[in-house]
Amino acid sequence: MTVIKAVTCPVCGSLCDDIELTIENGRIVKVKNGCAMCESKFLGYNSEHRLLKPLIRKNGELVKASLKEAIGRTAEILAEANYPILYGWSSTSCEAISLGLELAEEVGGVIDNTSVVCHGPSILSIQEVGIPSCTLGQIRHRADLVVYWGSNPWSAHPRHIERYTAFSEGRFEKSAWRGYLTKIKASNVKKKIESAIRRMFLKGKPPAPAYIRNEPPSTLQKEGRKLIVIDVRKTRSAEIADYFIQVEPNKDYELLQAFRALIRDQEIDVDEVAGVPVEYLEEVADLMIKCDFGVLFFGLGLTMSSGKLRNIDAALSLVRNLNMWTKFVIMPMRGHFNVTGANTVFTWQTGYPYAVDFSLGYPKYNPGETSVVDVLLRKESDAALIIASDPVANFPKTAAEHLVKNPLIVIDPHMNATAQMADVVLPSAFVGIEAGGTAYRMDHVPLPLKKVVDPPRGVLSDEEILRRILAEVRRMKRKRAEAA
Amino acid sequence: MEKPRLRVTLLTGRTIEQGVGKERGKASKEYVESVSVCYIDPEDLKRLGVKEKTNVMVSTDYGSVVVKALKSLRAPHPSIIFIPYGPWANVIVNPETHGIGMPSFKGIPAEVEPTPDKPILSLEELLMEQFGKGAK
Repeated sequence: MTVIKAVTCPVCGSLCDDIELTIENGRIVKVKNGCAMCESKFLGYNSEHRLLKPLIRKNGELVKASLKEAIGRTAEILAEANYPILYGWSSTSCEAISLGLELAEEVGGVIDNTSVVCHGPSILSIQEVGIPSCTLGQIRHRADLVVYWGSNPWSAHPRHIERYTAFSEGRFEKSAWRGYLTKIKASNVKKKIESAIRRMFLKGKPPAPAYIRNEPPSTLQKEGRKLIVIDVRKTRSAEIADYFIQVEPNKDYELLQAFRALIRDQEIDVDEVAGVPVEYLEEVADLMIKCDFGVLFFGLGLTMSSGKLRNIDAALSLVRNLNMWTKFVIMPMRGHFNVTGANTVFTWQTGYPYAVDFSLGYPKYNPGETSVVDVLLRKESDAALIIASDPVANFPKTAAEHLVKNPLIVIDPHMNATAQMADVVLPSAFVGIEAGGTAYRMDHVPLPLKKVVDPPRGVLSDEEILRRILAEVRRMKRKRAEAA
Repeated sequence: MEKPRLRVTLLTGRTIEQGVGKERGKASKEYVESVSVCYIDPEDLKRLGVKEKTNVMVSTDYGSVVVKALKSLRAPHPSIIFIPYGPWANVIVNPETHGIGMPSFKGIPAEVEPTPDKPILSLEELLMEQFGKGAK
């Protein structure tokens, strides 16, 4: 039995690197410090859904094949295609992504990563407006006001609040955990009293209000760290917060601009914005200006709702305005564990962070045209390689419809919806468990991914599979050139 | 009597159950059960005249899908329904990318109606229905 300390968790963009794993007979038997998703991955990755043998579609059915045959078929599909898509990349190592870019250039395809359906709009806005940001360590030690907007870290980044923000014990700011426990206890007592009163006198529940419109509580003026959540629905994260603002769906832009106006001392001549009374907003704007170090984390609630990149423009501009008064930073809540790495490696090698088209022989970037969903909606691609991603489960149906008509290659450790539609399936080792590498945390800090156990016999890493495909594609192209 | 239909706004997003399920395996029971559901405000469930765990059909301009109605734990959010990201939500989300590559996954006008007699398809059945293709 061995215990491996300081393992980096390959699940979400928080990339917690304090995981302790107990290994027994080549299997992970215990996970310490991880969240529910982390435990699920480390303990359940080798489930019955694991792909162990390469598969090739023959007579409409996926059947087992040798690795050599599967790689040969993959190379053939890619070498013959005029406009192949190479998509995924956010759940693999930077080293594999680097080889993927080389392959995309070799076959003249469109290479895109999952940020196109998560923080793509954020990247576009950052390129226009710029981003005042910092590392999560700075936030942990200094931030006294934390705002999550359109983001539910409790579900998507479960340890984010505990490790980096409100509940972390910083050098200059203390954890707000005890205050939260007191609040929960008080709220439970209040609920019990209210329900007793209802049972005794009112006989039934009071009519529920249309929206949650709670005034900013007096505790918002307390000393120490404060947590505000702004979202269209009350999430688990909203319950933890000192103050929750419920914004009407698709009206985040209005609310962001209202905050900007208030921070610039402008009058707002309406009573409420996006369903929130202006007097409440004034109090929060005041809090933002008066904090010593504020941070705004934003999630897909902003990038996927009406306005998309313009919501992010407004959020970035709000933080810029706030920096006229105090120190304020902003950061997107990146989802996959290495989506930031995908953007970084794409930018090193092509100059652009996602949606890169190599069909002209040089990298071209124009999201809306060279982004994978648009290529699919226009039905232009004629082959696809999907790695470490499941677009059939994550793209709108009309986009996935064209994808499954293409000759489809899937490189993944698990059977998923996309692999079920594939023509070639190449099983791979889990990066961060069975293969090492590098990944970038959401604040652009690179961290090593450890290999803690061996992959099943015959299963290669993404990096090795891509290296072999690339070599085979080059060999085929050379052969054709010689024949011509 | 005509069945009640409710006009709502559809949101899609993450839940911790979906997060745990996807790490376990995208073909796992945990994953499939975590993404073939729809969280509805308790008052809206009353308006639809259904109890929790009844099958409902959610329709948008882009398609219809049958999912299991669950009572939202953090109401009120009248006329807002929530389906976790996954193959079921994808049938009905808006593919429009507004020229920037990003489809519209949140804030989509939708309608909900009770369909207690219609089954929730398995992942294989759903893929076969939507794309006419499968592993076998």
